[in-house]
Amino acid sequence: MQAELLSVRDLSVSFVTEGGVARVLDAVSLSLAPGEIMGLVGESGCGKTTLARAILGALPANANVRGGALLFDGRDLLTLDPSLVAEQVRGRAITFVPQDPYSSFSPLFTVGDQIMELLRWKSPGRRAGERSWSRSRRRADRERALALLRTVQLPDPEHLLRKYPHELSGGQRQRVMIAMALLPEPKLVIADEPTTALDVTIQAQILKLLRKLATERGVSVLFATHDLGTAWEICDRVTVMYAGQELETAPIADFFRAPMVPYTRLLLDSLPSSGSALRGIVGDVPSLVSPPSGCRFHPRCPRASDACRADHPAAHEPEQGHQVRCHHPHLQPAGIVAA
Amino acid sequence: MNAPVLALRDVHMHFPIRDAWGRRTGWLRAVDGVSLSVARGEILGVVGESGCGKTTLGKTIVGIHRASSGEIRFEGNEIGALSPSAGHALRRTLQYCYQDPGASLDPHWKIGRALEEPLVIHTKLSADERRARVREVLAAVGLPEGHLDLYPHEISGGQQRRVGLARILMLRPSLVILDEPTSGLDVSVQATVLRLFLELRERFDLTYLFISHDLAVVRLVSHRIAVMYLGKVVETGETEAVFATPRHPYTQSLLAAVPVVGGRRVTEDFWLEGEPPSPGNLPTGCRFRTRCPRAEARCAAEEPELRVLADGRQAACHFA
Repeated sequence: MQAELLSVRDLSVSFVTEGGVARVLDAVSLSLAPGEIMGLVGESGCGKTTLARAILGALPANANVRGGALLFDGRDLLTLDPSLVAEQVRGRAITFVPQDPYSSFSPLFTVGDQIMELLRWKSPGRRAGERSWSRSRRRADRERALALLRTVQLPDPEHLLRKYPHELSGGQRQRVMIAMALLPEPKLVIADEPTTALDVTIQAQILKLLRKLATERGVSVLFATHDLGTAWEICDRVTVMYAGQELETAPIADFFRAPMVPYTRLLLDSLPSSGSALRGIVGDVPSLVSPPSGCRFHPRCPRASDACRADHPAAHEPEQGHQVRCHHPHLQPAGIVAA
Repeated sequence: MNAPVLALRDVHMHFPIRDAWGRRTGWLRAVDGVSLSVARGEILGVVGESGCGKTTLGKTIVGIHRASSGEIRFEGNEIGALSPSAGHALRRTLQYCYQDPGASLDPHWKIGRALEEPLVIHTKLSADERRARVREVLAAVGLPEGHLDLYPHEISGGQQRRVGLARILMLRPSLVILDEPTSGLDVSVQATVLRLFLELRERFDLTYLFISHDLAVVRLVSHRIAVMYLGKVVETGETEAVFATPRHPYTQSLLAAVPVVGGRRVTEDFWLEGEPPSPGNLPTGCRFRTRCPRAEARCAAEEPELRVLADGRQAACHFA
């Protein structure tokens, strides 16, 4: 296997809340190769957004990293000097595409102002520690922005720079966001549900664009989504999370052809397009303040045993490239995709 | 076939667009000539993207908006022509279900009181009869009787949703308009909610108008679907027929845009470009022509009417 760009090892994050300490990530591990699009799939509250923010170094103030390592390009972001992370990593080598493109813009400044403000600090043309913004670099940055806006298929970018965010449609705003995420020439883009707020025809356009750009530029994407259909569209591999634990990681085709972990199977069976009777999953997602012991899915799992109550097993690979953290994986394929 | 529960004929709902001084500068044609009928016991899915007018249509039917023109017949009576008291009585059996029915519960009222209220307002049932009805409906939505003495914050979000549904069912409606009932739900919960809708329909002989942007969900539950684009119905027909061979170019693009796990990837060959125009500033002729791959001069000149095709389906396209 190629060298990893990102390797998350046993990362645990907890939040101090009014109700107690919520253990939102419980020893999560995953890795990303350069140029790979990795899906982070799970239902609300599974920790995918927290994981995304932990990698960005943008956790809220009440979050504590309880242990683990975040190796990016060979350096542990958790122990690296925070000023170096701000200078070289966050917003430069790792950028972010948010879910809601509207609330992520300031309504008071034009799109052009906001793009240029980003480039002032995060332009690939900026030298380390440079505080001034020379006229020549500013001109080069502006050209860079215009070229990229054209690449994301926004018509008349010169005019667009003078518009305010409310004058753009949702699809246009998300295109601008994607352009802004790519402007610093990052190695990794973290996209958190970037198409959830969009209509399907716009979603299809945005996914197509994101996949094309990531492939052309060799950028890795960590794509958090609750929508398995979207994951199928764009990802090379997926990791499924449940209540702060990762349960299964597999190449996209294997994942849908032969899901192994009981939770994944139930999730796939719940899809309206699965063709099976509407089953759903019995029970509710557990509280993260007092989560179940061992594998956090065991109270709802049809295959649960004493071993599952005792511990959440380490990852093992029943098949090449297909990792599970489950005591009782299904080894007979029964996915919804014919082989 | 028996008379339809609901029949719409050329319903328009236009909102004035005003400038900062309150002068009308144009009309936003949210619903622009919709004709539909819903047979008893049927589930009619209304699909379309945001801004297509599907929610306005639902709200116009229940009378939250008063239609600008057109006729809405519910149970054979024209809603707009009735006296206020007769309209009030008729609307008992026409219920509207918001996206999250649980969110409309009063936090200060116990579940039991919230459920009983519609009966107090609309019926002459005795207290015992009311309580019996409350228990029956509560059991039907799968909640234990002990919940009657709890406040909304004491039960989970999913249970609140069930209580909201129970409240809608208290008056034994014949038609329920479900507006985006599953959006924002995780798939594992969505499956449970959809199953509940189907069970309740069997049990209470309900007819649903199921408004949703989620095509996979609509396909699963609806008998027939109506596809809307910018205030108009562009195609209707039996659900499976429409999904198998969509006739209108917009329906074709819409279906192609939905990711199908294990299917062809949309991202490889999605053809539709651009975004819908504003409903306040519609193009001439066919409203889809600005994005349509098949548009010709004729499409700009004349607006295609929704017409019946050879197989009984309807589409509003010159080339269907």
